[in-house]
Amino acid sequence: MTVSAGWYLTLSAVLFTIGAVGLLVRRNVLVMFMCVELMLNAANLAFVTFARQLDDIGGQSAVFFVLVVAAAEVVVGLGIIVAIFRRRAGATADDLNLLKG
Amino acid sequence: MPAALAPVLAATAVDTGVFVVAAAVILSGAVGVVTGRNPVHCALSLVLTLFGVAVLFVAQDAQFLAAVQVIVYAGAIVVLFLFVIMLIGVDREEDVRAEPLRGQRPAAIAVGVLGLAELLGLARFHHWVTGTPSGAGAASGPGSNVEKLARSVFTRYLLPFEITSALLVIAVVGAVVLARRPQPGRGGGDGAEANEANGAGEAAEAEAEPASR
Repeated sequence: MTVSAGWYLTLSAVLFTIGAVGLLVRRNVLVMFMCVELMLNAANLAFVTFARQLDDIGGQSAVFFVLVVAAAEVVVGLGIIVAIFRRRAGATADDLNLLKG
Repeated sequence: MPAALAPVLAATAVDTGVFVVAAAVILSGAVGVVTGRNPVHCALSLVLTLFGVAVLFVAQDAQFLAAVQVIVYAGAIVVLFLFVIMLIGVDREEDVRAEPLRGQRPAAIAVGVLGLAELLGLARFHHWVTGTPSGAGAASGPGSNVEKLARSVFTRYLLPFEITSALLVIAVVGAVVLARRPQPGRGGGDGAEANEANGAGEAAEAEAEPASR
């Protein structure tokens, strides 16, 4: 037998938690974005694990769509970040308070 | 019987070894992303994590996804990250020690630990698995992984697949609109901004190409 699915799911949960904590802790917008990618990868790992455990290819199809959405998200997100940094250099997430009343 | 059991044990040892090494690579990369001070180091740690996840995809018979993971994530997305880091200044290190919001960091870590405990508890004690197949097809059996995944995507999930193409077009258009200069007619922009706009648009198109396959 191969490594049981529980270990994969545990690894996925730990990876997701690291990404979530990084998203909360860091202030650099780019690094926060990378933490979102970590969380997406944790979800992908869980999807593939369930696809293997339940013998269902649907999990892998879901990962395929997550990859496409992640690519689109990165394109738009980085476009927004470049637009922000063009306006105000050296901005962290704390400095972005333009909508504050 | 030990002679027949030996290959099984060897295979188990290899599987376990692959998992342990890949998990160590993934977790060290993830910690590197969160704790790195230089954004370039964070991006390189992210590559480490993505490769580790690709290895685990191969270990779970998802060969196509492993290839796409390396090509799209490590190849395109991280390069796009590095590209933007170079655009907006590579020498800008974040002061990790500064804490503008008092008590936010311990609170974040506490929330993370709580969430992890909750995830593990739910995975351990809650049984959602009903055994009902999704109708997408079996992952095992004869035929290659690519064949089965393609059959699933192009039959059961054909409509979502077509919608993702619209999503990619919208993303490309959005990136081009975002990368434009604010007032092109008023002459406020200089050459550097025009270069930025071109670069981001090209990156968006290069990004959409591998993902749309």
